[in-house]
Amino acid sequence: MEVNEMIKPENLVVGRTSVLKECPMHYCPGCTHGVVHKLIAEVVEEMGIQDSTIGVCPVGCSVFMYNYMDVDMAEAAHGRAPAVATAISRLNPDKYVFTYQGDGDMASIGCAEIMHACNRGENIVVIFINNAIYGMTGGQMAPTTLLGQITATTPYGREPKLHGYPLQITELIAQLPGTCYVTRQSADTPAAIRKTKAAIKKAFMNTRRGVGTSYVEVVGTCASGWKLSPENANEWMRQNMFEKYPVGDLKDI
Amino acid sequence: MAKFIGTVVVDKDRCKGCNLCVVACPLKVLELSVGVNVKGYHYAEMKSPDSCIGCGSCGVVCPDAVLSVYRVKAE
Amino acid sequence: MAEVALMKGNEVVAEAAIRYGCDGYFGYPITPQSEIMETLMIRKPWEETGMVVLQAESELASINMVYGGASSGKRVMTSSSSPGISLMQEGLTYMAAAELPCLVVNVMRGGPGLGTIGPSQGDYFQAVKGGGHGDYNLIVLAPASVQEMNDFVGLGFDLAFKYRTPVMMLVDGIVGQMMEKVTLGEFKPRWTKEQIEQNAPWALTGKKTGAPAKYITSCFLDLSQLERVNEHLQAKYKVMKEQEVRFVNNDCDDADIVIVAYGSVARICRKVAQLAREEGIKVGVLRPITLFPFPTVELQRLAAMGKKFISVELSAGQMVEDVRLAVGNDVKFYGRTGGIVPTPEEILEQIKKMV
Repeated sequence: MEVNEMIKPENLVVGRTSVLKECPMHYCPGCTHGVVHKLIAEVVEEMGIQDSTIGVCPVGCSVFMYNYMDVDMAEAAHGRAPAVATAISRLNPDKYVFTYQGDGDMASIGCAEIMHACNRGENIVVIFINNAIYGMTGGQMAPTTLLGQITATTPYGREPKLHGYPLQITELIAQLPGTCYVTRQSADTPAAIRKTKAAIKKAFMNTRRGVGTSYVEVVGTCASGWKLSPENANEWMRQNMFEKYPVGDLKDI
Repeated sequence: MAKFIGTVVVDKDRCKGCNLCVVACPLKVLELSVGVNVKGYHYAEMKSPDSCIGCGSCGVVCPDAVLSVYRVKAE
Repeated sequence: MAEVALMKGNEVVAEAAIRYGCDGYFGYPITPQSEIMETLMIRKPWEETGMVVLQAESELASINMVYGGASSGKRVMTSSSSPGISLMQEGLTYMAAAELPCLVVNVMRGGPGLGTIGPSQGDYFQAVKGGGHGDYNLIVLAPASVQEMNDFVGLGFDLAFKYRTPVMMLVDGIVGQMMEKVTLGEFKPRWTKEQIEQNAPWALTGKKTGAPAKYITSCFLDLSQLERVNEHLQAKYKVMKEQEVRFVNNDCDDADIVIVAYGSVARICRKVAQLAREEGIKVGVLRPITLFPFPTVELQRLAAMGKKFISVELSAGQMVEDVRLAVGNDVKFYGRTGGIVPTPEEILEQIKKMV
């Protein structure tokens, strides 16, 4: 069969969802943010909820998420996305409200807001990207930075005496009675990405049930911050991150 | 079991040459181009199109959603 | 028939919010204003109007909940007192930049620092000069009675949406805590979805087919774009200065000495003016109702008539700077700090020195 005969809409198995805008994403090559943006957009398209989804962007690399997602979005102050989403959700109970935050935004400066939003059981979807580093500001230590990991502010490696320990915030979140679904996934292989998409979809579906906060951590890479190629970053993640941040469901009610 | 053939269409000027699709392809169909696109990246292209089964793995891992994967049943 | 009640200033804010169709209140307890949220929780407006009331985990969270609610075009508010308002400055500068309307009630207490729970006007600079980072202003309303605390809830929401800006009701602890007779407003329904889309077309209400998705942001990395945003904000403030100045002129036109005072202090100064006139000194009181925009033009009109000015405040000399900007440096100041309120007699002593 000629190639041109194959290229028909009915034969398309993977394509670009219309819920992603045309604007090229500013992320570095191989960035996990792009993958997860795409997955959220695909879920919104598949569920037919583009007109009833409101997202909240963080401060960090994904600050401009509203340029890429073709849904209504609010840009929150650093760490405050769960508070912003709380009000949007409570005042617009017919909407699917999600937050999107990185590890610095959510697990450091925004630790109080995420804990209390989850503890109140806000009917929102929380997407948490954990790449163990501050990407946008140039690769400084994050709360999730691993022991020994070299960053711009731990140039000799993270040392507990000096910098404290990696924060397993997802394990803390899972203990909060307000959460109904807490899971940790990754985005390094086609199979892992398909699982992550299923998790995001389940989280959005939970909004319809209104039984608590759904929380999806995606362990991701920061090739630029880690100073590795995208494929080596994935390998580094598998070898180092998964031990501290094992993938799988922590809670599913 | 039915066999499939597939093909990948690359929106080459949006490709950032991260190489993740090349790694993800189980049949080593893709590689990065020798030349560069308008952004200066070596973009993904099909090195051995005949091997493609349209599994979609490359498209799934692409962070910039620049790959479209088509698949048909082999005659 | 209008409904009359005897209420605390703080309590009436809660009642007025419910009656004005407020969609949401998000707050955190702090003296001397906790009655606002307590009254709302007792009133349970969610059963009556659907208004959301939520005790947040902090003032940071409160103001960002307000940011979220305002993003979706809702009439939302918070209240706090000085230290809590300091924590909200981040949210307020973001809201000013993103052009989000809201009402913030600051029932001021003595500072700096943790200070005291006694009344104060020490947050004047913070309120009228922006407060957070960057070039912006809030509309600042200064009630002097329980009735005005009632009335300024509706006025605050109206101005907030008219200009797409945060509005602050700047109250000293006396007005917040005292009980007075108040005529309550009529019940107004909350805005419907259709009204929100009409009154706030910028609001996040879900992407419409064929229309681009909307977003709310205060991030403009392109330098010239950010300068255009600033120019737009400044143009808005210029219109406010031309159209929204509010004040009360009590017998200033025939006076030789004009006391400039706001909030509860203005009421004490009315007594001072009375006592002074009994002694043959012609004193008037100019009470700014809007502290931003400031009644500069009115002060200049009075200055052109050759009057002397004194600014009396529950602070160490903050509003006096704006009076001086309006009429020149020859403005006397008298103030008390630390939560202490001056007596009419001690202010009168200052007036006598000006004769």
